[in-house]
Amino acid sequence: MITPVSRRAAMKWAAAGTFGLAAGIGTTAGLARWIRTEPAPYRFFSEAEARLLIPICEQIIPRDDTPGATDAGVIFYIDRQLSSVFQRHQPTYRLGLDAFRKTCLQVYKSPFEQLEFARQTEALRLIESNKAPKELWGDRSQSAFFNLVLDHTKQGFYGSPRHGGNRDYASYRMMGLAYPNLIGQNRYAAGRPI
Amino acid sequence: MSLPKVNVVIVGAGAGGGIVAKELATAGLSVVLLERGEWPRYDDHNDDELNSQRTPVLGNPFGPDDKRHRRVVVYNNGSTRVVLPSEGGYNNNAGCVGGGAVSYGAMAWRFMPQDFRLRSIYGEVKDSTLADWPISYDDLEPYYEKAEYELGVAGDYTNNPFCGPRKKPFPMPAFPYNKEALLIEKTATRMGLHPFPIPMLRNSVPYNGRPACIHMRSCVGFACPINAKAGSHNTVLPIAMATGHCEVRTGCVASEIVVDDRGRARSVRYFDAKNRGQEQPADLVVVSASATETARLLLNSKSKLFPNGAGNNNDWVGRNLQGHLYVGAAGFLEDEVYEEAGPGATLAICDFNHGIPGLIGGGALCNEFIPLPYLFTNMRPPGEPRWGKAHKDFQRRYYKRLVRLHGPVQEIPNFAARVSVDPTVKDAWGIPVCRLSGTRHPADFQQGDFLSKQAEAILKEMGATRVWRSGPSPTPSLSGGQHQAGTCRMGDDPKTSVTDRHGRIHQIDNLFVADGSLNVSNGGFNPALTIMALAYWVSHHIKAGWKGSQLR
Repeated sequence: MITPVSRRAAMKWAAAGTFGLAAGIGTTAGLARWIRTEPAPYRFFSEAEARLLIPICEQIIPRDDTPGATDAGVIFYIDRQLSSVFQRHQPTYRLGLDAFRKTCLQVYKSPFEQLEFARQTEALRLIESNKAPKELWGDRSQSAFFNLVLDHTKQGFYGSPRHGGNRDYASYRMMGLAYPNLIGQNRYAAGRPI
Repeated sequence: MSLPKVNVVIVGAGAGGGIVAKELATAGLSVVLLERGEWPRYDDHNDDELNSQRTPVLGNPFGPDDKRHRRVVVYNNGSTRVVLPSEGGYNNNAGCVGGGAVSYGAMAWRFMPQDFRLRSIYGEVKDSTLADWPISYDDLEPYYEKAEYELGVAGDYTNNPFCGPRKKPFPMPAFPYNKEALLIEKTATRMGLHPFPIPMLRNSVPYNGRPACIHMRSCVGFACPINAKAGSHNTVLPIAMATGHCEVRTGCVASEIVVDDRGRARSVRYFDAKNRGQEQPADLVVVSASATETARLLLNSKSKLFPNGAGNNNDWVGRNLQGHLYVGAAGFLEDEVYEEAGPGATLAICDFNHGIPGLIGGGALCNEFIPLPYLFTNMRPPGEPRWGKAHKDFQRRYYKRLVRLHGPVQEIPNFAARVSVDPTVKDAWGIPVCRLSGTRHPADFQQGDFLSKQAEAILKEMGATRVWRSGPSPTPSLSGGQHQAGTCRMGDDPKTSVTDRHGRIHQIDNLFVADGSLNVSNGGFNPALTIMALAYWVSHHIKAGWKGSQLR
C-alpha cells in the first residue's frame, strides 16, 4: 500500500522525471493502477492515528439525536490544519497519540477504539487530569495534549464547513442557527425589534 | 534611492492615519500614506468564525500575518516568549487599510469630561503616572462632532445624564434595543440606573452614500459586506484619494523615520510590497500605526540628537501602555432571547464610570455582541463540563438564552507597562520587534471587581439563573489588546510626555503622532471615536501651522 507520505514523495520524484524508478513501478499497467488509486483520505495522519483520533473526537462531541464529531468530519478539519497552519502542533499529535495508545494498552489491556463508550470516557478523563502512567508520557503534558485536541475538535465542529469540518452545517442545525448566514434581513421596524 | 519629496508621509492607514490623510489632502498638501496591510475585502473572509478578529485560530483575517511578524512578551517572572500575531499575547489590533475599524464592534464613545482630568479628581495614585490631559473635553468636543458627522454615528443620549455637553445631536437615530436589552432596560431602570442606546459608528439609516445596517450575526470581528460600519477605509480615505494628491501605498512596512542632525524629520524608510528598501522624503511625518507599532517605529528611529529613538530622550516613548480590562457577568434566562439580528450589543449603562466611593475611575457596562458557536463554547459557569454529551446539551439549551453585561475598566497608567524594542528578535525585514512588558495597576483590579459585581447584581435582579462573574484575574496581566493606547502621551511638560498638546513630538517640529498613543488615559470606553477626534485635532493644528510650503 502506498502511504500518503510516500505517495506525495513519489509525486515529487515524478515531477523530477525519475518516477518509475523511485516508485518501483516499471510497467505501464503498474502506472495505470497507481494513477487510479483513490486519494489518501488524510494529509498528515496515518490510518492508525486516524482510527484512534476519530473516537477521541467523538467522545468530546458524541452523536445523540444530532450528529457528533465523526458525522461532522472533525478529523478532516484537524488533519487539514495540521498539514498547513497548525504545522507547529504536529509533534504534539504524533507523540501524544502514541502515548495515549500505549496508555490504553497498559491500563485497559485493549486498544482505545475497542473499549466500550463509558470506558473510553474514563480513559480520556485520565489524561485530562494528568493521571496516566508518567513513564509513558515523559516530559509531555497529558492535559495539554487533551486540551489541544478538545479545542481543535470544537473548532472543527463549530467552524465554517470550508475548513473540512461541520459537514452539512451540523452544529448550526443543532443550535438552531440559520445557515448560510442570513444577509439582508432587517428585523427592526418602527424603532422596536419585531 | 530616494523617491520624489512630498509634503506629508503618514505611517498607518487606520482610524487616525486615514483621517489625517483626508484633512491634509483636502487642504492641498501632497500626501503619501504607507500601510503595511492591504485593502480589506469582505469576500476574503466572509462570515468564517475561525478567521474572525475575535477567534483568529487560523490566522489574523485582517493582518498581520504569522509568517513575517513577531513580538516578544515578558512575563511576571521575567521569562520571555516569542509570540505570533494570531496568538493572544501578541496584543494584535489589525494590519490593513482601515485598521481595527474594519472588524470592530463600532462603539462610538466620547470620553466623559472627567476622563480628561483624572489626576485633578482622584489625586496622586501610588505607582502610577496618572495625569490630566493637556486638553479638555471641551477642547476636543468640536472634533468629536466632526468625527461623528464625517464617519457617521447613530446614537441618542436623551437618557444618558453622564455624557459631556454636545452642541449637535447625533447625525443618525440610535439603534433600537434588542430583546435582551429591553429586559435589561426594565430591570436597570427599576434599580435606579440610566440605561441608554450604545452610540455606534454604524449606519442605522442610509448615510453618506453607505446603506443602513442589515444586522448580520457575524458583525463584530468581521468586515461588513455592505460597509454599514464606518472606518477610514470607507469614509474619509476615498475623499482623500479623490483629491488626486493622496497616494495610499499598501504592503509597505516602515522601518525608520530619518531625523537629521538639526532635529528635523527628513524621510521615512520602508520596505515596499516587493520587499525593496525605499525612502520617502517629506516636509512632515505623521505616525499613526497604533500604540504598540507607533512606539516601536519611534524607538527604532535613532539619530544623533535622539540616540534612544525619536522623541525618547526622557525615556517616555512606549511607556504607560494601556488597554482595557474587560469584566462583567453572564447568566441565562428562562425564555430564549436570541435574535438573528447582529451585532447584538445595543444598551449601555454609565452609572459606574465615575463617582464610586473608594474607586479610582470605573467603566461602562454594555450588553454584549452575539458570540458565534465556537466562541460560545468558552462561555460557561465555573465547574460546567467541557466536553461530552453535557457539552452538546449546554450548547443547545443555553445559546439562545444567554444574557451578558460587560465593560471596559478605566485603566490607571503606570510607567512599567511598556513597549520597548527587543534587542535580538527581528521580523522578516530585519526590523527589531516590539517587546511588551509590565502589568496593569492594582487599582484596575479593584475597579474590575466592583464593576463585575454590579453586572452580576443586575442580571440576578432580572431573574437570570446560573449567573457567573467574569471578574479580573487574580494574576496581574499585561495590558494592550485592540484598545491599546498611551505610549506617546501628550503633555505640556517635555520631561513627562512625548508630544505636545497638538500631537507634535517635543523637539522635533515636523514629526507628529495621531493615534491612541496620545491618550494620557484611556477612558472606561472603547477608544475608537477618541482616536478619530484626536486625528482631526492634530490635523487641525498641522493645517494651522502650514504656510504654503512648510510648517512654521
